[in-house]
Amino acid sequence: MQADERFTDATWPASPEKATLEGKNKYLGFWLFLGGETVLFASLFATYLALKDKVPNGDAALAKDLFELPLTFVATMLLLTSSLTSVYAMYHMKNNHFKQMQAWLVITVALGFAFLGLEIYEFNHYVHEFHHTFTSSAFGSAFYTLVGFHGAHVAFGLVWIISLMVRNARRGLNLYNAPKFYVASLYWHFIDVVWVFIFTVVYLMGMVG
Amino acid sequence: MANEQSNSANPNVDLKYRRKKNAEEMKHQVITFTLMIFFTLIAFAAVGIEGFSHWFIKPVILLLAVVQVIFQLYYFMHMKHKGHGTIALFLFSGLAVGLITVLTFVTIVWI
Repeated sequence: MQADERFTDATWPASPEKATLEGKNKYLGFWLFLGGETVLFASLFATYLALKDKVPNGDAALAKDLFELPLTFVATMLLLTSSLTSVYAMYHMKNNHFKQMQAWLVITVALGFAFLGLEIYEFNHYVHEFHHTFTSSAFGSAFYTLVGFHGAHVAFGLVWIISLMVRNARRGLNLYNAPKFYVASLYWHFIDVVWVFIFTVVYLMGMVG
Repeated sequence: MANEQSNSANPNVDLKYRRKKNAEEMKHQVITFTLMIFFTLIAFAAVGIEGFSHWFIKPVILLLAVVQVIFQLYYFMHMKHKGHGTIALFLFSGLAVGLITVLTFVTIVWI
């Protein structure tokens, strides 16, 4: 099977992301990377948990002063929904529907941007209302490193998906780019996995005290 | 196995079958998503509604997060499909190292 071969709906393989050796290797290699990312985020979580609420004086804001339920809730819903829309995109990829796949990816990217916008607003709010900055306390450093790293992952994911969409806009689907789209969607899900722990461990448990 | 290519001699019959399989799988994904949203709502409600002790809330929301992540990994990221043994090895190795790090930092590190 040639990677750039033209396919009809009937000849399009059931698992196009794993139909070539390159696709198979990409898939496996990407999961190895995700294993490493797990360790990376776990160490950032560990640092955050050890340094939570470690502030130099009584005036500094603590987790329960900073976090608000509504903002975290909206951000969570945006990211969770974007996970589903990327599942829809991959569903259409498997059915060889290039246009629908692109359309769902556009929605995914839009939700990702909305999430990122909220995060920028949130950080800005903490810095200006609470003087909670990266250098104001050990708590601040640990918080911005963990949540900021996740935000950077979201930003990278957006650049990645947009690049794939633009680069393949006129090419359509083939076995060369199917694994690329698939792996990008896996990355997007992983970002969501990390966020589930961030909203639980950082925000919800921070509000509980 | 939903993702395996079948070897029917007639590609059109095969196509119909695969489309149906894919649609079925998509339906399961939407159910998974609904459950995930439901768990998220419970977690936020547990924190938002006053009156629960934090000894009760913390383990419950952590458990909800773990369940949600299992859904995400096994359904959205397809780990429930066959041929994911090596992938599971990668992920669980990462988790083992990661969880020990977290355990260490919350128990024997104090500042």
